[in-house]
Amino acid sequence: MIEVKGLSVDLGDFLLKEITFEVKQGEYYIILGPTGAGKTVLLESIAGLYPVKKGEIWLNGKEISHLEPEKRGIGVVYQDYVLFPHLSVKENIAFGLRLKGLPRQEIEATIGWLVELLNIPHLLERKPDTLSGGESQKVALARALSVKPKVLLLDEPLSALDPETREDIQHELRRIHERLNMTVIQVTHDFEEAVALGDRIAVIGEGRIMQVGTSEQVFRQPNSEFVARFAMSRNIFSGEVRDGDEECAVINVGDMQIAVASELRGKFHASIRPEDILISTEPLKSSARNCLHGTISRVDNRGATFLLTVTVPPEFICLVTRRSFEEMELGEGKEVFLTFKASAVHVF
Amino acid sequence: MSNRLPLLRRLLANKMTLTFALLALVIMLFVFVPLAKTIFSSSPATLFDTLLDAQVRGAIWLSIYTALLATLVGAVFGVPLAYILARFDFPGKRTIEGLIDVPIVIPHTAAGIALLFVFGQKFFAGKAFNLIGINFVDSVAGIVIAMLFVSIPFLIDSAKEGFKAVDVRLEKVSRTLGASPWQTFFRVTLPLAWRSILAGNIMMWARGISEFGAVMILAYHPMVASILVADRFEAYGLDYARPAAALLILVCLIIFIGLRAFTYRGAKA
Repeated sequence: MIEVKGLSVDLGDFLLKEITFEVKQGEYYIILGPTGAGKTVLLESIAGLYPVKKGEIWLNGKEISHLEPEKRGIGVVYQDYVLFPHLSVKENIAFGLRLKGLPRQEIEATIGWLVELLNIPHLLERKPDTLSGGESQKVALARALSVKPKVLLLDEPLSALDPETREDIQHELRRIHERLNMTVIQVTHDFEEAVALGDRIAVIGEGRIMQVGTSEQVFRQPNSEFVARFAMSRNIFSGEVRDGDEECAVINVGDMQIAVASELRGKFHASIRPEDILISTEPLKSSARNCLHGTISRVDNRGATFLLTVTVPPEFICLVTRRSFEEMELGEGKEVFLTFKASAVHVF
Repeated sequence: MSNRLPLLRRLLANKMTLTFALLALVIMLFVFVPLAKTIFSSSPATLFDTLLDAQVRGAIWLSIYTALLATLVGAVFGVPLAYILARFDFPGKRTIEGLIDVPIVIPHTAAGIALLFVFGQKFFAGKAFNLIGINFVDSVAGIVIAMLFVSIPFLIDSAKEGFKAVDVRLEKVSRTLGASPWQTFFRVTLPLAWRSILAGNIMMWARGISEFGAVMILAYHPMVASILVADRFEAYGLDYARPAAALLILVCLIIFIGLRAFTYRGAKA
């Protein structure tokens, strides 16, 4: 278990104020926040790479606030991999093992196990500058795991990857977490990532932790304007994806069925951007596969646009311009139809 | 691909590149012609005779190894300074960086006078070193500190750029993998920065061999090669100084072309 108590960091441009949270053994903990919120500094403080001036960090019942990083047993993986460019993949993974002075066979065995785990045996002799982004991130993971860290810190590990590779690495992260029962703290600004991976999510903003909870809690019951804004930037549902009656796959959300364009089947999440939903007062005849009937339960005036909460159920957040809002005479209690394409639904 | 065209055709393609090419030609000739003329106006036989001159050989050898000593001392103290300047921000850092480069911009005779004021026998450092038997006036030690003073900026600047180019997060990752700060420096930072550090060492060494002004003030004797050339020119004139000068240029060329090739091959590997 890792506990951060009242950690404050002053970096001139921004502050982290009294950050307090705890991560349980084997938990996948996500720190979600906008770019520039000090997430990297927070991780580096936990790893001992950034000096702690105020506050405490405890790992498994021992205070480590001022312990050197090499004695903490906390691994770090950065967004852009940071592999040692002068070493081969094998030497990168062996770096920490050699420092421990382990016998050669043991080092070989551990490397063998790690490359099997991450499915990268074919990369061993390569140099880092010949690897793709996804390959590099797997090597970085293998290197971090080689010294059997008590906690793994991931700094935006998926952000530098193209969407396809991102899903692949995301899958790897979940698998490693489950297989090794690894305690993971990951920072990200992407909440689809947060929802897909996190056991719990801490939303960080304005220099402090705004809310901690499961993805459901954070996105269904935001406790502040800040979290709500974050949560409202997408509609997120969880459900079972299966073959639909027609050509399309569907995801069951409560009693509703939403058509999706995805090859995935099973328990997944789906997200729809509020701006991808068309609002009308009459049912629309169009090529879009989804047309739902609901009631406007809440209106948020955002100036040039309005954010409407429409209860079908479930609740959908939809974005309309001020002009449309006024012309269609929308308002709370008004019944409307929601139309969106199956391909506008992202399954993950 | 325009890049495949011969250089001349590409340079002639427009007035801008043509003008630049002509200006570049002037400065290249300015550098190359005197060098070539000095070397080739002495016949190989004369050069060989000069090489047999014990005084000339002694002076060239003295230049080479005093500059090497200065470079070694410079590396031991300068590389750590370069690392600190590359890695840390602190008030006064710019002042220190500026002061380090001062030896490049002041007349080297003035640098020699300044050194004499500290390391001369009447002054503090001079007295202190005298106790352990080191005397800086008209001695090898004097040549070394003169070379050290005027050429250390090249080493520090080059090493600093080398360290700056190493992503600090590589060092951070190394620490999380169990490496101490020393292990991190020798296993990550140094292997990644060594080419710049070596280039700085070579520059410093070269600058040391070519030093005249500061060495002349501190230690006219024993004579290093640059002083020998000046001494012969003063005493006997151009014809007598030329073969020694040619030899000095040749020796320097051979050493530095060799080292350049070595580091270049390292860069490609």
